[in-house]
Amino acid sequence: MSAIEERPIGFGRLKRKEDPRFIRGKGTYLDDIRLPGMLHGAILRSPFAHARIVSIDTSRALAHPKVAAVVTAKDLETLGLAWMPTISYDTQAVLAGDKVRFQGQEVAFVIATDEYAARDALPLIDVEYEPLPAVVNARKALDPDAPLIRDDKEGQVDNLASPTWEAGDEEATDRAFAEADTVVERDIIYPRCHPAPLETCGMIADFNPDTGQLDIYNGNQAPHAHRTVYAHVAGLAEHMIRIRCNDIGGGFGNKVPVYPGYVCAIAGSIVAGRPIKWIEDRSENLMSTGFARDYVMKAQMCAKDGRITGLRVDVIADHGAFDSTAQPTKFPAGFFHICCGSYDLQASHVRVKAVYTNKAPGGVAYRCSFRITEAVYLVERMVKALAMEMGVDEVELRMRSFIGPEQFPYETTTGWTYDSGNYAETMRVAMDIAGYEDLRREQAEKRARGELMGIGVSFFTEGVGAGPRKHMDILGLAMNDGADLGVHPSGKAVVSISCQSQGQGHETSFAQIVAEELGIPPEDVEVRHGDTDRSPYGLGTYGSRSTPVSGAAVAVVSRKVRDKARLIAAAMLEASPDDLAWEKGRWYVKGDPEKGAMIEEIAARAYSGEALPVDMEGGLDAQVIYDPPNLTYPYGAYIAVVDIDPDTGHVTVRRFIAVDDCGVRINPMIVDGQIHGGLAEGVGIALMEVLTFDEEGNCLNSSFMDYLIPTALECPDFELGETVTPCPHHPLGAKGVGESPNVGSPPAIVNAVIDALHETHGVDHIDMPCTPARVWRAMQGRAEPPQ
Amino acid sequence: MQVTITINGEPVSRDVEPRQLLVHFIRDTAGLTGTHWGCDTSNCGACVVLMDGKPIKSCTILAAMCEGHEIRTVESLEVDGRLDPLQLGFHEKHALHCGFCTPGMLMTTRALLDENPDPSEQEIRTAISGAICRCTGYKNIVAAVRWAAEHEEVPR
Repeated sequence: MSAIEERPIGFGRLKRKEDPRFIRGKGTYLDDIRLPGMLHGAILRSPFAHARIVSIDTSRALAHPKVAAVVTAKDLETLGLAWMPTISYDTQAVLAGDKVRFQGQEVAFVIATDEYAARDALPLIDVEYEPLPAVVNARKALDPDAPLIRDDKEGQVDNLASPTWEAGDEEATDRAFAEADTVVERDIIYPRCHPAPLETCGMIADFNPDTGQLDIYNGNQAPHAHRTVYAHVAGLAEHMIRIRCNDIGGGFGNKVPVYPGYVCAIAGSIVAGRPIKWIEDRSENLMSTGFARDYVMKAQMCAKDGRITGLRVDVIADHGAFDSTAQPTKFPAGFFHICCGSYDLQASHVRVKAVYTNKAPGGVAYRCSFRITEAVYLVERMVKALAMEMGVDEVELRMRSFIGPEQFPYETTTGWTYDSGNYAETMRVAMDIAGYEDLRREQAEKRARGELMGIGVSFFTEGVGAGPRKHMDILGLAMNDGADLGVHPSGKAVVSISCQSQGQGHETSFAQIVAEELGIPPEDVEVRHGDTDRSPYGLGTYGSRSTPVSGAAVAVVSRKVRDKARLIAAAMLEASPDDLAWEKGRWYVKGDPEKGAMIEEIAARAYSGEALPVDMEGGLDAQVIYDPPNLTYPYGAYIAVVDIDPDTGHVTVRRFIAVDDCGVRINPMIVDGQIHGGLAEGVGIALMEVLTFDEEGNCLNSSFMDYLIPTALECPDFELGETVTPCPHHPLGAKGVGESPNVGSPPAIVNAVIDALHETHGVDHIDMPCTPARVWRAMQGRAEPPQ
Repeated sequence: MQVTITINGEPVSRDVEPRQLLVHFIRDTAGLTGTHWGCDTSNCGACVVLMDGKPIKSCTILAAMCEGHEIRTVESLEVDGRLDPLQLGFHEKHALHCGFCTPGMLMTTRALLDENPDPSEQEIRTAISGAICRCTGYKNIVAAVRWAAEHEEVPR
């Protein structure tokens, strides 16, 4: 028996178990899978943003020697699959029959013997369109003369996508503003952007007509929920559907929804009786799959006696042609009402109105927990605006207005219960790393020389880990996660989880949780996921929910196994269970520490022919479904330092300091990596990533030539720091972190741009992305919204 | 048309359509799926392989144009069970999350180190600026390449 000191420690910078296959090019991504007899699908898409379909003639395409079938809305109607439900209780056309409602919408699905042939056949389909005027600008969607987009919906008379939704106390907010001594107002747009994972979306559907079994290979972030949706949509028995998500080349929210291409692949396989592979190209990904944000916001913030006291927000949400926003059922604006931020406000009020436009559907959370990114961007931009108006440093205003550490748990003015925090401390750590006072001195010196340097700050609080079943669900499914843990007779273990890695390193960090709780080395714990036949039910990975929900499930199931091990150990040691104590990997007798049993020995006993305690079943395993009692509330202080070329308006993020408090860190290396990645996306969103449209609804950013992703040259050498305030209700004290950097970084960068240009050029507002052209116009006093 | 391309030292000969892209020849014909595609417009770098030692984007070159050339893919980096210092460096420094860009990054940086065994941070950033990583923010990739530069044993 090895000494206790040599036992592995669960938490720490363990290098990843996933890496060996990836660094050898041996990952198994969707397009790497080839099934015997597999056919290939391709989608014909609408060139118009809004048009009536007069006719579709597929005869020339069908005559192509390599084409097996062409599916249109008419064919799907016979299967009852022409329309599908969205995640937001709306409907979405799988293939357009009556009208096309956005450019890039799915019109026909070609099935051919190879991918080249499938695409060759697309231009052979003759579609006659009657173009209609398009609604592109969300602000004009409710104008009386705006063309009606959703004439398919009974009773729909305008382009309102969902009833106006409110949070907070309007009267109390009016009072706060009436009593205030300073008020600022801004029109702020969070433009349409796109998660754009490097691997696009796709599916292989393999329906076996003899057995009725449907095998699906897909890269999605919530395989169990997808299976339930397919069962409902296709009328198949849920137990006859198996979804396998092997390795996924990034998701960031883009791989949460069910897309029409998936339904086409399934329908195609049912009709053809053969496996169908459909994988979109990059333009299809950018033009038709889940975009993010597109929030048009009007906000007012007020202060009294030097502190922030109130916030009032009015939002128009642009959902595109179908409302497929990703959010829990009771939250049509997601968690946007966390926009009261990290501040002890007197009152706040939020109103959100959602409209249809002739643009792609989506509203997914691009690395964020259901609209928290929009909320944080808004409140942190407003704090900067208010600080400028009051003539105080923006850090000083935050410090005066923060929720104090003694106020937790803290009930916000819009109804959230923040779990724990010490905001001022985290802010100070960030200022120390940045050398905040020195930076301000440097800025003043540079300004005197005509150089443009800006320092921007943001402080965010996120609510992640959705969520408690008493508060939320998606499509009627509780947002809980399962974990099954089995310790084998040899002492090695398999833990099956319902969340779905897209690069987050679950195979490593979840093994570390079992290691921490049971003392089994992490290399002896296999983490099984991504296969609905081999993992318990749960809602998947998005909204930074893996660690808060699934991680908690793994901790709890490990403790259940440990409790059972205690009873077995007691029998082995001929002691009472109450007299045993636990140290990592071993139960021992309290008064006689030499007398103990290792978890491996207990496991061997559990499966052996020897006697077990009365009424105990053999084996050493357990399962749980974890229902989180609350969200977790990670937070952080971010500081951006930018330089702006006065001749071109080009913004360089020279430094970026990120201090995150996500509670206890299971694998700090992975946490740091998540933060780096999210910061890079934040740099992209702040400076270059945007989906824009012309007046006819043509998408102007439909490839990586125009939808710009930051490279190593745009990203600075990120500087990280941390504070650790454990989550009081999570079994490990952890909070979740993956999305924090994407949430927190854009406002810091934009605040820095404004900070650089306010004194010299009078700039007090600019919308993202801060491209050279847009910054240049702002410097000339002509700041414009992105569309 | 008949095309013969040497991939990782082995000649691969096939009858292909003249329009077939090299990335599809490598993945579908040679069955080496370590080389990925991500964008179709030669912006993302997921498909980078070495052609006669130089990094190229295999989504933007026809297989037919590679007749008689030597192609190296990610699968060639491990030799006799010994990983390339870059592969070790990526693991050591957590320079990959989802792994999708990793093969292209490895081949891009392999070419860099072959040309410049001791690159500065800025030189590394410039060298990988034709390759997108959506996960890591590049910081750890830069660190991994530096690690590899410091752990190169013999010129390869």
